[in-house]
Amino acid sequence: MNIIGLYNYWIVVVLMLIGFFIVIAHENLIKKLVGLSIFQTSVFFLYISMGKVAGATAPILDENYQLYSNPLPHVLILTAIVVGIATTAMGLALVVRIYEAYGSIEESDIQVQDNNDRLEDYLEAYGRKNDTHLFNQDKDE
Amino acid sequence: MVTAIAIARMSDLFAVVMLSGIYSLLSASLFLDLDAVDVAFTEASVGAGISTLLFLATLKLVPRYEKKSRYKPTLALGVVIATGALLIYGTLDMPHFGEADAPVHQHVAPRYLNDSMNEVGIPNVVTSVLASYRGYDTLGETLVVFTAGIGVLSLLMVSRRTKEKALQKVPADMQNQIILRVVAKMMLPLILIFALYVQFHGDYGPGGGFQAGVIFAAGIILYTMLFGLSLTQKVIKTEVVERLTAFGVLLYAGVGIACMLLGGNFLDYNVLRHDPVHGQHLGILLVELGVGITVAAVMVTLFFKFTWRTVKHKYNQ
Repeated sequence: MNIIGLYNYWIVVVLMLIGFFIVIAHENLIKKLVGLSIFQTSVFFLYISMGKVAGATAPILDENYQLYSNPLPHVLILTAIVVGIATTAMGLALVVRIYEAYGSIEESDIQVQDNNDRLEDYLEAYGRKNDTHLFNQDKDE
Repeated sequence: MVTAIAIARMSDLFAVVMLSGIYSLLSASLFLDLDAVDVAFTEASVGAGISTLLFLATLKLVPRYEKKSRYKPTLALGVVIATGALLIYGTLDMPHFGEADAPVHQHVAPRYLNDSMNEVGIPNVVTSVLASYRGYDTLGETLVVFTAGIGVLSLLMVSRRTKEKALQKVPADMQNQIILRVVAKMMLPLILIFALYVQFHGDYGPGGGFQAGVIFAAGIILYTMLFGLSLTQKVIKTEVVERLTAFGVLLYAGVGIACMLLGGNFLDYNVLRHDPVHGQHLGILLVELGVGITVAAVMVTLFFKFTWRTVKHKYNQ
């Protein structure tokens, strides 16, 4: 069995993993979105490379050619790219709103703020609003 | 791939965004090499053009540098490597690259390639599959683009008061870049004409509504960046653009309904004219026009909204 003929899938896998790594290891939301779009491109490559036929030409019919690549993946990916940018824009809009609400686009900062808010709510619910020094200590850490 | 790794390492977000533009352009050339001319076209105009612009517009609103993470990425790296090993194992049974008898090529593709000339009558098979055989699918995709546009509209709303206040005094950020302005003025008509060419030549060569819409939007966005929002508003009213987003989708669905009224199935263009092939031509033309209008209008709206947000931050402090 000749394994080298599978190299296109391996390129896809490596690209996908780079994207995946950026999404889970980085805390910056913009960086995550860039990672997500790399991930997305790797899927595009998977489809397009499966549609490729060796020695074929682009699927635009012409009398001089007999062998064409598979047009179906092209159609799917073409629309997926445009939908991808529309959803990315949606994500960016959310990032902008998050920044306006929290003053940060780092996940850890956002989580600290959320936790503090929740703690404050609990204290208020138990009628111990004056004990906020507890929560301020948390913040210092 | 090297570019992608560089993206992972950088902490200057501006550089990251620029690199991702380069990455898109490289992928476009790779798509071209894989015979996917339409896809390469789309990736070049969307990935290297519009998406970079949108990221930059966002970067204007948020800090430029990424903070150093407190955690070591060892766990993440472990998860990634494990996933990778599984995926590679999964590829071992896949058909080899470029094989003509792979299962992918056996199902519907031969019919598209052999019969579409007689049934639809246009040389670009991608267009005939996109607009005719898989017309439902494309209608759905157009709707998704439209919905995303609506989503961004509602997330980044700007009050009329801000707009009125800002309209009087929004200078373009690049007012002083004379070279850019002169070059842009020369380029703009060419970009718009090229977009129209791509729109209407999609039947015969690579192109179509999606690409044309994006290129058209890129032209308008270029103008906005160099000459400022208030000038652009004089040329293109925001309200008009926002209505056009819906108009494109309605045109698409309207063609479908017209087919039904004439006795065919939804989006079955054969009944539009006496000759089925002519009907197909007309149907595809209209549908692609609908797609082009929606995509262009949504992209322009997205950019307008991000820019308005910047304006709001500037004047409402």
